[in-house]
Formats: sequence, C-alpha cells, structure tokens
Amino acid sequence: MDKIYSHPQSLRDVSTHYCPGCGHGLAHRLIAEVVDELKIRERVIAVAPVGCAVIAYDYWDFDCSEAAHGRALAVATAIKRVRPQNIVFTYQGDGDLAAIGTNETIHAANRGENLTVFFINNAVYGMTGGQMAPTTLLNQKTSTTPSGRCAQSQGYPLKISEMLALLPGVKYIERVSLGSAPDIIKAKKAIKKALVNQMEGVGFSLVEMLSPCPTYWGLSPKESLDWIQNTMAKEFPLGVIK
Amino acid sequence: MPKITIDKDKCKGCLLCVSVCPQGAIVINEELNLRGIKPVKFKSEGKCVGCALCALICPDCCIEVYK
Amino acid sequence: MPKILMSGNDAIAEGAIQAGCSFYAGYPITPQNELTAYMANNMEKRGGVFIQAEAEVAAINMVFGASAAGARAMTSSSSPGISLKQEGISYIAGAELPAVIVNVMRGGPGLGNIAPSQADYFQATRSGGHGDYHCIVLAPSSVQESYDLTYLAFNLADKYRAPAIILGDGMLGQMMEPLKLTTQGPKLKAKPWALTGCKGRKANVVKSFYLGEGDLEKLNLKLQKKYKEIAAKEQRWEELFLDDAKVVLVAYGSMSRIARAALKVLRGKGKRVGLIRPISLWPFPKKAFARPKNKYLVIEMSYGQMLEDVQLTLGGRAKVDFLGRSGGGVPSEEEIILKVNKIYNG
Repeated sequence: MDKIYSHPQSLRDVSTHYCPGCGHGLAHRLIAEVVDELKIRERVIAVAPVGCAVIAYDYWDFDCSEAAHGRALAVATAIKRVRPQNIVFTYQGDGDLAAIGTNETIHAANRGENLTVFFINNAVYGMTGGQMAPTTLLNQKTSTTPSGRCAQSQGYPLKISEMLALLPGVKYIERVSLGSAPDIIKAKKAIKKALVNQMEGVGFSLVEMLSPCPTYWGLSPKESLDWIQNTMAKEFPLGVIK
Repeated sequence: MPKITIDKDKCKGCLLCVSVCPQGAIVINEELNLRGIKPVKFKSEGKCVGCALCALICPDCCIEVYK
Repeated sequence: MPKILMSGNDAIAEGAIQAGCSFYAGYPITPQNELTAYMANNMEKRGGVFIQAEAEVAAINMVFGASAAGARAMTSSSSPGISLKQEGISYIAGAELPAVIVNVMRGGPGLGNIAPSQADYFQATRSGGHGDYHCIVLAPSSVQESYDLTYLAFNLADKYRAPAIILGDGMLGQMMEPLKLTTQGPKLKAKPWALTGCKGRKANVVKSFYLGEGDLEKLNLKLQKKYKEIAAKEQRWEELFLDDAKVVLVAYGSMSRIARAALKVLRGKGKRVGLIRPISLWPFPKKAFARPKNKYLVIEMSYGQMLEDVQLTLGGRAKVDFLGRSGGGVPSEEEIILKVNKIYNG
C-alpha cells in the first residue's frame, strides 16, 4: 500500500496555534508542499510579519525572518537584493499588506522586485481579536464595526490585488480561495506558479487567498467555507487578475 | 484497500474532513484527545476510496492517505 | 598617504563602503542628502546594493532584512526621519542584528529646521524606540572621524550584534576637510545565524518575538549582559589638559570644535581649562571623569541632554555648569569664554 498523501518535509510535525478551521494551516501546508515539489527548501527565505501567522517560522522548516507589522516587503526586498540566488517570499495578512503596509506593498510591486507574495485575505484582523480589516465586506460585523461595515464612515473593501495589477512592475496576480477542495487544488497551482516565476526571474508575483476565519466570522468551519464561496468570492472574484 | 490515518491529538475537531468525505468514512470520535476536544476518527476501511479530499482540506495536516 | 577633500556626509558613506557595507537604503532628507547620493553613485559600482526607499520606515526595515541575510547594512537620515525609524531600530535590537544608522541631526522638535543641532542625544542614547535596549552611539567631530568612526561602527555592530548609530549634525555633514583613507578593507566575520537558505544546517530564524513564559525576560537578560560588556569595553573619549585643569569643558561633535577653540584662547590667557570630548555617547565615557575635578562646564547644541549623563556620572561630586542653545543656535566661542571666566574663580 502506497502513501498517497503525507506530511510535507517543509512543514514541521507540530500542532499550530491556529483556531479550528483556520485557513492559515491550510495555506502553510500548500506552500510547504510546493516548496518540497520544487526542491527549493534549502534556498527559501520566508518573511512572516506581525499577524496571526507571525510565528509561521515555528511551522515551516526553512529559513524565516520576522518583520514588523506592514514591513514584510521592505524586509523581503532587501533579502532578495542581497541574496538573489535565494527564493524569497512574504506571507502577509490583509491588515499587514493592505492597511499598515500599503506603502511597502505598492512600492515593492512597483519596483518589480523578483519575489513572491502570499496574501491571506480573511476580511478581518485575527490576531488582535476580530477588528475591521481593509478587506472587511460591507455590512460585515467585526469588533470595530459592531453594526456592520458602513461605506459612508468606513469605506469599501479594498481590492488591492486589482490596484497592484495596474503597475507595470507586477507580472502575476491571481486570487484563489481556500473555500472548497477544488479551489484548494487551484490555489496550490497558483502558489507554484508564483514561486516558479521567481525561480525563472519573471518578477513580482502575488497570490491572494480568500481564507476562512471561523472564530471572528462567528461561523462554523464548514459555514465559513460556504461564506467564502457564496459571499466573499462575490466581492473578491476569483481568477487570474494579471 | 484504501485507508487514512488521523493524528488524533493534532486534530482540532473542525470537521471539514467530515464535510468533504464522499463516503461518510470519517466520524466524530467521542473520546477526547489531549487537547480536550473530540477529534475525528476513520470509520471503516471498506468505505474509503482513497480520494484524499479529507487530507486536502485538513487545515492541521492530521491526515495521511494510503491506497 | 595622500589626502582627499571630502564632506562629512561623503566621508561617512566612504567609511561605510570601506567597512564592507554592501547594502544601503535611504530616503531624502536635508542635511544628509549628499550621503545618499554618494551611495547611489558608488554602491552598485563597488558590488553593493543601493535602494532609494519609499519611506524612512521602509528604509530601516530594508536594513533589517539585509542584515538578517548577512550583509553589512546601513541607512542614514536626519532627525525627523530618525524618529520614524525608531520602531525598526527596536526590532533590530530585539532580533540582535548588526546595523549602522546615521543621524545627521537638525533642529527640532517637529519639522524644526535644517540647522545643526544636538537635540537627539536622548533619543540616541536611551532606547529611542520601545523596549529595554541600547544602540552603540559614536559622535564624530571631524571629517576624518566621520570616516573612521563609521568604519568602527560596522565592526562594533557585528561584534555585539547590535545597532550602532553615527550621531553627527548638519554642520559636520556639510563641511569639507582633508581626509586620509586610513582603513584597509573590511574586517568581516562569519554569521552562522544569518538567513542564507538552510542547506546543510537547521533552519535559521531571525525574530524578536518571544511569547513563551520567561522567554522574553531571558532575551532581555542576555541583552543586558551584552550592554554591560559594551559599557565596560567600548568607552571612547578624547581629553585635553586634564592634568592641571581647574575647569573642564565637556562637549562632543561639532560643539567640541568650538569648545576647543575657546579652550585655546583661554589657555593663551593662562586659564587652566581642560576638555573632555566624549566620542562614544553610549556607552557614556564615565571613565573620563575619574580624576577629582571641581568644576565642569557642559556645552551642547541642546538645552541639556548630555548634561544629565555628566551629572549622573559625577553624582554630585563636582559643580556642573551648562551652556546650551538649540533650534539653530550654536554657543559661540565668545559665549564659552564669557561663561568660563564667570565660573573660573567662583
């Protein structure tokens, strides 16, 4: 009997601190699987900034750097420039990439840095207790939008992937979902493409993953996946953006 | 005959595997694990077709599949 | 050895390159722009990386990344920009990364002005950002020293895995003096902790985040031990006429040049005046104050920041007077002479 699905080498065999049904564990695993398949574990340097995934370095078994909140792409830019032979990626949440770090995001993309960005969009700040994120949907309740996000006072869900796609330095952007088994297979393909792009020197590549946060959505893990498919993916349409 | 193994102490009981298994071969284990929650368990070797959807969707990398 | 004419800002840049600095990120701000331009002109030609960052905050975090990847890395700015970098410096200290940060000080608070100032002494010598940490702080007083101390700053930063600050000011940065390129290439050391890809070893992690019970206290105790060692070994200062001095002037950086000119005039008139010029501001050169002296005059381009370190060092053993101006004002030679004459026989 053959093992057809086993633990990737690039993922340590430990329990994560993530809540039940959280998409981070899934995204970590998909990235680890791709790193194994591409045989780049010994070349990878990952950057995990502040957010729920700040201790991703406890889970991935390759070189990792912390980054201050919002600064992952500044840190990653420097690492890649200093060590162009390494494979450098950031793993950023919506608050990190599209609020406090918007400046770093736009300018790293505009410089066309040859690195890879994994952008976890779960429409909420998880680590700090479920506050409104730049990607929070209209009418979505969070601890700082108790009556639901209101466009008049809190603006609209920020579609940063579409914004970045306007920049000539950006070579590949795809929005995927972790909301169903077929979508997860597509997500993995996108992750692979974004890393292969870097290996081939193509340039700035970003994969946005719509990812469940059952705890701060107030839904069960299964309901969360359904919410991604039926609600979130309507606001953030899936597919190759550039 | 295909089968899966579940690392029951890593399982957080999110039940996503249960929701995707086309054969109903994964069920809740009434016995608490080390986390103090009810993990899932593999029900019968007869039903599993080795599709690996459970392993694909598991956020905690608890499942390995044999075929 | 031939001499070349250089500005203080250029000398810092050249000192960095001679020290093996292979990564520089900066953002435009006066009065340090020549330094950034020098790096733009030279880094790539000489095998390094130059990035004009989108912000001061990005620049310091780029330095974090470059240093984490094993490079000797530097950023430079002036006072308001250095305020913006403080969070990043705290992370660098917490992650025990070596880095060099240049502050060509200007007037504050706020946007202030672009006149020379020494009003960032507290920010540099205390933990400028959050947390219990120190940066090594070196204060040049000439173009030659701008070059030499930058070279030294890289070696100290690597040795102690800690951020080092070059604390200059607009006057020093802009003025030109002859410079001897006295150094002979970088003294690089192996960095087994750096992020290079985990080939043939366990994965490395660069971080400042410690959630486990007692873990952060452990890191802090380790840092404090390091700071004690630095405080013991790395005090630097210059002293003049301490043997017979009745009044000891204490001044650093540009201010010490004016103090020195006043001292020359006063000694010419038979006044027994000496000078202590701190070169390391952190660690503060307490050893320089070991001899029993009764009168000190601290002179700063601030309203009394280093003054507190002098007072702490002396612990009430001597009378400490102060002369300072800020916001673009610089105590003049005449003001110093007047003040010394007033306290000399008092």
